[in-house]
Amino acid sequence: MLRRASALIAAALLLIGADEPQLVPDVSQREVQIQYSFTGADLLLFGAIVYPGGVRPDKPADIVVVLKGPEQSIQMREKQKVAGIWVNADSARFESAPSFYAMASSLPIAQIVDERTAAIYELGVDKLQLSPSSLNDSAELDRFQAGLVDLRDRAGLFVERQGTVEITDGVLYRARLPLSARVIVGDYTAETFLVQDGRVVAAAVRDITVRKSGFEQFMAVAAEQWPFFYGLTAIALAVSMGWAAGAIARRL
Amino acid sequence: MDLYLPIANLSVNALVIIGLGGLVGLLSGMFGVGGGFLTTPLLIFYGIPPTVAAASAASQVTGASVSGVVTHMARKTVDFRMGGVLIAGGIVGAGMGVFIFRLLQSLGQIDTVIGILYVLMLGGIGGLMAKESIQALIALKTGRKQQARKRRHHPLVAALPMRWRFYRSGLYISPLAPLLLGMATGILTMLLGVGGGFILVPAMLYLLGMTTQSVVGTSLFQILFVTMATTMMHAMTTKAVDLVLAMLLLIGSVTGAQIGTRISMTLRPEYLRILLAAIVLLVAARMALGLGWRPDEIFTIEVR
Repeated sequence: MLRRASALIAAALLLIGADEPQLVPDVSQREVQIQYSFTGADLLLFGAIVYPGGVRPDKPADIVVVLKGPEQSIQMREKQKVAGIWVNADSARFESAPSFYAMASSLPIAQIVDERTAAIYELGVDKLQLSPSSLNDSAELDRFQAGLVDLRDRAGLFVERQGTVEITDGVLYRARLPLSARVIVGDYTAETFLVQDGRVVAAAVRDITVRKSGFEQFMAVAAEQWPFFYGLTAIALAVSMGWAAGAIARRL
Repeated sequence: MDLYLPIANLSVNALVIIGLGGLVGLLSGMFGVGGGFLTTPLLIFYGIPPTVAAASAASQVTGASVSGVVTHMARKTVDFRMGGVLIAGGIVGAGMGVFIFRLLQSLGQIDTVIGILYVLMLGGIGGLMAKESIQALIALKTGRKQQARKRRHHPLVAALPMRWRFYRSGLYISPLAPLLLGMATGILTMLLGVGGGFILVPAMLYLLGMTTQSVVGTSLFQILFVTMATTMMHAMTTKAVDLVLAMLLLIGSVTGAQIGTRISMTLRPEYLRILLAAIVLLVAARMALGLGWRPDEIFTIEVR
């Protein structure tokens, strides 16, 4: 941590002198390991804002951080009441739905950027570009997107923490984002945006890898690669435990 | 105590799952049923993906039925010939279940079908059981003797060609009847993660007309092997068997099953049956609520 911080300061010093403000971001963990006791993680996204010539502007800039998981191609279904029972009636397909999305900003998004800029940079769960590939009209797509956001929000997979990024002395920022236990493995990106007068003036990305490790990794691989032996193990486990319990109970 | 489930991709409270397994095991020991009909919905209710719940519940039923089969084999109340035919049918049925599962999944109607099957199956059998046990209770209270039901198989069964002798069941019928019955329970096992003892026991009694002594042992024998086959099929096709989840369920259920067996020896069977009927009807009502009144979720996401 200390070494990384000093590297950060060194990089920050090098950047003084550029014309545009720069961002020097970092994350508390470059790799998140999923183990038996994994109940989610708390990630710290922090860094420095470097202004040209080291001069801070009169109006302080704002920071938005976005943590995004691997994109998935998904099919969503909507239940409707048909002949007295609820069945899946309508469906929509999205090619690029992020499996995880968390955002934090130094002020409420609406006060920092306008709608258009927010949409371009996907700042906010309602601004995600999901690339629909089915033939639904836009009202339907909005409904499905709201449904997706609601489901993922309750699973802790979509998080919005507006106004929680702390900026110290106008140059150092830090934000905390929770990584739910339901995240999938893969490559995640932590993006940081520096916003000034409604304009994104600098952006920087750091990569985070989420992977299963040890026993959990072995289980996931075994179920995928050797399904027969995996199934056999499950059966053997069930039979031996059932038999053992019976045998012990008879002795008692 | 939180534990991460590597296949279900989420962390659960291990003690809750063990407790859930224990509760189901207790019931299965008390009533001689596998208890899969409770495990799958309870797991889904807890937030486990439905496919993982059904796949892992099957192995729990295996564990819960092992010691019952051992006991019944020692008492010589398992008709191996009948059991063999039922298992053959059950494995074919489970194979068909895989196909039906995939078809319904691609149509997006798997959860509706599972819901309807649960309501019909549990509602029907629970209703029958409640009616019968209330009648038995009334007979017990008034002291009037119930007339013994004549043991006979259904006329449709008698019409089937090619008869075999099933000595321990006391039957001379076509093997096609138990084969078809086995197939039906195999499909249910694959789709719902239930053992199918619910369907099997009454069908063996009332449709096939088997002797009461051999019914429970033989059905447990069939359930044991068909749930084993189902676990394997899930492992090979849906890849949704979560060993950690199965392990937790098993720890609870095999322990609960032993305690349940002891309790069942001290309670009157009439009260036991009415209690079971109530539980079954409760689960059916809960499922019906999701179908007819308001589902738990309007939207579902399926990763392609």
